Amino acid sequence: MKIEVLGTGCAKCKTLYENTKKAVEESGTAAEVLKVEDIPSIMRYGVMSTPALVIDGQVKFSGKVASVVEIMGLLS
Amino acid sequence: MLKTFADYFAFQVIGLDAKSRLGEAVDFFVYDTVKIFLLLTTIVYVVAVIRSYFSPERTRRILSHNREYIGNVLAALLGIVTPFCSCSAVPLFIGFVESGIPLGVTFSFLISSPMVNEVALIMLWGLFGWKIALTYVGSGVVVAILAGMAIGRLHMERYVQDYVWEMKVGAAEIQEQSFREKHQYASGYTKELLKKIWPYVVVGIGLGAFIHGYAPEDLLVRYAGRENPLAVQLAVLIGVPLYSNAAGIVPVVQALMGKGLPIGTVLAFMMAVTALSFPEAVILKNVLKTRLLATFFGIVAAAIIIVGYMFNTFL
Repeated sequence: MKIEVLGTGCAKCKTLYENTKKAVEESGTAAEVLKVEDIPSIMRYGVMSTPALVIDGQVKFSGKVASVVEIMGLLS
Repeated sequence: MLKTFADYFAFQVIGLDAKSRLGEAVDFFVYDTVKIFLLLTTIVYVVAVIRSYFSPERTRRILSHNREYIGNVLAALLGIVTPFCSCSAVPLFIGFVESGIPLGVTFSFLISSPMVNEVALIMLWGLFGWKIALTYVGSGVVVAILAGMAIGRLHMERYVQDYVWEMKVGAAEIQEQSFREKHQYASGYTKELLKKIWPYVVVGIGLGAFIHGYAPEDLLVRYAGRENPLAVQLAVLIGVPLYSNAAGIVPVVQALMGKGLPIGTVLAFMMAVTALSFPEAVILKNVLKTRLLATFFGIVAAAIIIVGYMFNTFL
């Protein structure tokens, strides 16, 4: 599984990245978590409000910081 | 009921004299703080639920069907309810212009979104009453519409950074949320927002209470009062580079009005602080060439000054 956290580097984006890593760890999912910061890659997903979470190329949500529990729900 | 609670707290629990300056200031502080936080919690939650229906992606879809004029009006109104964070200004800008939304319409949105929102409305309503709150929202929307139209008329598309036009924007398929998810989002958002702004609110109201209890006639009036014909320009000039959210600026505005400054001057100051700022210029430099960036700041500042003078004259 490939998880991407999209964000231009603001505080919220960092929080989402941390939460995502924690969710992957706690659920024991085999996934790599990447942080995507460059604008062209973010725009390719059509995301206009950061941070956003992309799992296997599919945008799950944008413009919010999800909690660890919420992200674990998306992983299973 | 709130007033009874504040009186009880200040005069019975702490035991201050109701006629003393300190007693009056503490009474005022308790009353305002409780009132503002009650308003913030309920209204921010309600607005967050409404907001979850207006994602920037959906706003883009609505606006891309509308051309100039109607588009400017819609963009300024949608700016009130669409969630916006200055850190997503760049992806938002690119997403808008790439989907064919005219430049001027995009700017109407970019101006109204940070300037007019529920926090500004609540803070002004709580501290000044609903008339001034609605006046601010109304004039903020007017500034966003007019400034956006003016920028659109100038046809400055070539002063957008070139790479913006070459960017490929995908169509995001964002799943529709259930009401339970909307509730989760809204309560999370409310908590997050309150956590972020409560220090501003408390310090600001404290300042207001202090002035309410102690402030003497002030010399600010001599320099920025009704008699100085350049007061509004001065207020906007000072406000433009500064950055604060509405929660931080409203108590300062209240303090200034308490010192006798006219309403147009202080509302213009507040608009300049929230709509334009140095950090925002740095972010927008990523998508705008200097000439368009300067034009944007110039036109918005001019629109704010005009609105400020109109209030000073007619209110």
